[in-house]
Amino acid sequence: MRLELKGITKRFGSLVANDSVNLVAEPGQIHCLLGENGAGKSTLMNVLYGLYQADAGEILIDGRVVKFSGPGDAMAAGIGMVHQHFMLIPVFTVAENVILGHEPTKALGFLNMDEARKRVREISDRFGFDVDPDAIVGELPVGVQQRVEIIKALIGDAQVLVFDEPTAVLTPQETDELMAIMKQLRDAGKAIVFITHKLREVKEVADKITVIRLGKVVGEAKPTSTQAELASMMVGRAVDLDVNKTPAKPADVKFSVKNLEVFNHLGQKVVDDVSFDIHAGEILVFAGVQGNGQTELTEAILGLHTRVHGSIVLDGHELIGQSVKHRLDWGLGFVPEDRTLDGLVADFSIAENLMLDRSDRKPFAKGLLLQLKYLAEFAAEKVKQFDIRTQGINQRAGALSGGNQQKVVLARELSRELRILVASQPTRGLDVGSIEFVHEQIVATRDQGLPVMIVATELDEATQLGDRIAVMYRGKIVGIVPADTERARLGQMMAGVVA
Amino acid sequence: MSTEKTSRLKVDWQSIIRGNALIPVLAIVTSLIVGGILVAIANTDVQAAAGNIFSAPGTFFSTLGQTVGGAYDALFRGSIFNYQASDVALMFKPLTETLAFATPITLTGLALAISFRSGLFNIGGTGQIIFGAMFAGWVGIYVHLPFWIHLPLAIVVGVIGGAFFGALVGLLKATTGANEVIVTIMFNYIAGLLLQYLLKTPLLQAPNTANPISPAVQDTAKYPLLFGDTNRLHWGFFVMLAAVVFTWWLMNRSSIGFKFRAIGHNPRAARVAGINLGLTYVAVMAVSGALAGLAGTTQILGTEQHLTIGVSASFGIDAITVALLGRSNPWGVLAAGILFGGLRAGAVTMQAEQAVPVDIVTVVQSMIVLFIAAPPLVRAIYRIRKGAEVEAF
Repeated sequence: MRLELKGITKRFGSLVANDSVNLVAEPGQIHCLLGENGAGKSTLMNVLYGLYQADAGEILIDGRVVKFSGPGDAMAAGIGMVHQHFMLIPVFTVAENVILGHEPTKALGFLNMDEARKRVREISDRFGFDVDPDAIVGELPVGVQQRVEIIKALIGDAQVLVFDEPTAVLTPQETDELMAIMKQLRDAGKAIVFITHKLREVKEVADKITVIRLGKVVGEAKPTSTQAELASMMVGRAVDLDVNKTPAKPADVKFSVKNLEVFNHLGQKVVDDVSFDIHAGEILVFAGVQGNGQTELTEAILGLHTRVHGSIVLDGHELIGQSVKHRLDWGLGFVPEDRTLDGLVADFSIAENLMLDRSDRKPFAKGLLLQLKYLAEFAAEKVKQFDIRTQGINQRAGALSGGNQQKVVLARELSRELRILVASQPTRGLDVGSIEFVHEQIVATRDQGLPVMIVATELDEATQLGDRIAVMYRGKIVGIVPADTERARLGQMMAGVVA
Repeated sequence: MSTEKTSRLKVDWQSIIRGNALIPVLAIVTSLIVGGILVAIANTDVQAAAGNIFSAPGTFFSTLGQTVGGAYDALFRGSIFNYQASDVALMFKPLTETLAFATPITLTGLALAISFRSGLFNIGGTGQIIFGAMFAGWVGIYVHLPFWIHLPLAIVVGVIGGAFFGALVGLLKATTGANEVIVTIMFNYIAGLLLQYLLKTPLLQAPNTANPISPAVQDTAKYPLLFGDTNRLHWGFFVMLAAVVFTWWLMNRSSIGFKFRAIGHNPRAARVAGINLGLTYVAVMAVSGALAGLAGTTQILGTEQHLTIGVSASFGIDAITVALLGRSNPWGVLAAGILFGGLRAGAVTMQAEQAVPVDIVTVVQSMIVLFIAAPPLVRAIYRIRKGAEVEAF
C-alpha cells in the first residue's frame, strides 16, 4: 500500500503548523521524518490519522484520495500508529488491550479471549516479539509495552505503520531492539513512517529521509549523509554535535558519597553500597540503562528519599538527615530528570518558576511581601542570559517547548550560589539546538571550578560530556572509568560485566 | 502534543476551579430558568390551567407568567429592593438581609477557595465554622470584659478555634497521608456531635432549660448592628470585606500564598524546589480553618447570638458552591457569596407571599453546581465553541 500526503497545510490560528507538506510512504521502505521538536511532525501525523482536519491538501492511498474523519477511518484504511505516549490500559492484559475496540465474540456476546490470545501469539511469534498475551500491561517494561502497541496496529492489518518518536522512552538496548523490529516489518512489506529527531537512529534504519523545519519540508536527505549534515538541515544552521570542552583540571574532592544505600517506598534496595568522589572542576557522568538506580541516587542526594543509609558529604558538610531546603541552601544545584513533573509548575509563569526555590526570602520577598518588581527584572535578565524563547516573562511555563523549559530550570538552579550541580538526564527529549546549549552550560559550570554530576542514558552523551564515567547496574557502581573508554567495554559494564 | 503530564482528572478539576467567568454566569442564568420551570410545574393554578391548555391557551400562559413572574418578583423584593415597602428604610431592608446572609457564606467560601487553590479539597467548612463559633461563643458568653477588648478577643479566639480544627486536618494529611476529603467530612460530624454534646453540659448549656441552647452572648462581645435594631446586618460584613482583600493579598502578593499555589499546581516540583509539603499543608488548612472560624464568629457574635446545633446552618456546604462559582478567586467568591445571600434572603419572601417552597432555592443552587461542574453541558446549551485554543503540536 502506497501512502501519499500532498500539499498538507494545517493552521492553528495564525500559526502555520504544516505548510503544504508532501510525503510518500512506499511499501518495504522506512521513511524517516526528521525534524526538531515543534517542527510540525506530530501535527502532520495527526492529520494523517484523522485527529486533525487539514486546511488544504489531500491524502492518497494507492493513488485514490481518501478522507479520514477520525482514527477509526485511518485504521480501517490500513494505517496504524504507535504513539509516543502509549494508548494502553495498564490493568488489562496484553490480549485485552490488543482487542479493545474490535473484540472477537462468541455466542451471546461473550468475549472470545482464546481467539484474542491466539492472534496475539501469532503476531508475536511471526516477528519475534516475545510477548505473553496474558501479561498485565502495566507490569511490562516500557519496551515491551511498545511492542504491544505495534501488535495492536498489526492486528488491524495495518499496511502503513507510523512510529511517532518511539525511542523517546526507550533505553539504548530497547532502542536497538525496536530498530530491528522496524527493519523486520519493512522486510515484510509494510510501509514505515518513522518520526524522530535522533540522528543516530535515522542513520541506522532510514531508506529515505524527509527533513521538516518550521512546518515546511526543507528537503530530502540520503541515509548516507553525515549526522552533521542532517543536523544542520534540521536546525537550519551549522551545528556542532561534539561537546566543546577543554581537558578537566580536577582539584580537591568536593563531593563524597560513601556506602550509600537507598530503599524505595516498596522497601526494595535501589541503591546498593555506592561510593564515589567528585573533584572540583570535574564532570562525573553516571551511565547505565535507565532504572538501575541512577534516578534514586540523585533523588537521595536531594533528600527526596526517607530510607537512606551512608554518607553524602558536600564541601565538608554532611547532607544525610537534612531537609531538601537545607541542601539547596548549602549549594546543591539540582536539575530533575522529569522537568514537567519535578522541575516546573506548568501553570506558573516563567518568572514564578524562576523563584520557586527562593520565594520566601530576600530579594524575592521582604517579610511576607513578594517583590514582584524585582522578580520581573530578575526574570527578564534570566530570559536574556539563558536565551529562553518566550513571548514574555509572564507566559505559562507549560506552554514553552521542552528546550526552553529546561533553560528555565537551569536558569533557576544556576542563579543560586552553588557548590555542586547534579543534573539527571538534562537533555532528555530536547532538540539539537537546546542540547548544545545545555551542554555548554554544564561545561561552563565545571570550568568555574564546581563538581558536576550528570546522569546520562545515551552513551554518546556520557562519553562526550564526562571527564570520568561511572557505570551503574542494579543499584551498584560496576566501575568508574575514564571517558575515553571504548564503547564496547562500557556496553559490557552497563550489562553488569565487571571487567 | 502537550508536554505536560497532568492527568485528565487534574485538568478538569483545574478548569472547574479556574477558567473564565462566562460559564458561571450562564450556569446561573440557566439554573434560574430551570428553577422557574419547576416553580411553574409545582404550582396548582398552573397545573389546573395546563389541563385546559387547548381550550384556553391564553389562560394557561397568563397563569404561567403570573406564577413564575410572581415568584421571581418576590425573590427580587426579598433580596434586593422592596418597591412595595412603606418607607425607604424598609425598601432597602432586603438588601441588608442579603448581605447579612452573604457574610458567613462568603467568609467560608474564601476559606475553601484558599484550600482549593492549594490543591486541598476542604469539605470541612461546617466543622470549622462550628469550632469558630464554639470558641468565640464561649468567650462571648462567659468572659466579662469591656467592649473594646471583649469583641476583638472573642473574634480572635474564634479564629484560632477554626484554625486549630483546620490545622488538625493538615497535620493528619502531612503525617499519615490521610485524604483531606474524607478527614474533613468526618471532622464535620465530630464538630457537630461535640457541639451537640456540649450543649447538654453546663459548659455551654443555658441554665434552666432542657433545650440544647447556650446563654446569649453578652452585648460587649456582639458585632454592632449597622442600621439599628430592625436590620440584622452588622459590622461582620466589613470584616468579611476585609477578609476578601486579605485573601487576595495572601494568595497573590505574599510568599506564603505563592507556596500555597505552588503545591496546588504541582506538589512534586514544589518539593524538589525545597518547599516543605507537610508544613505547607498544615499552613493551608490553618488559614482555611481560620477564615471559616471567622465565619463562625459572625454567626455567633452577630446574627445568632445563641449557640445551637444549627449555628453553621448550611453555609459550610453552600460555600463549596460559592468557591467553585467564584472560581476560587476572592472577588469571584464575594460576588457568588452575595448571590447566594440573595437567594437565601429572597426565598423567605418567595415562600411567604407566593407559597413557593424554600427548597426551590436549594434546587437552583444545586443546578448551578451541576452546570459549573459540567461546562460542556452549558456550552452545548448555548452552542459556545470551546475557546479557539492553539493546540500545541
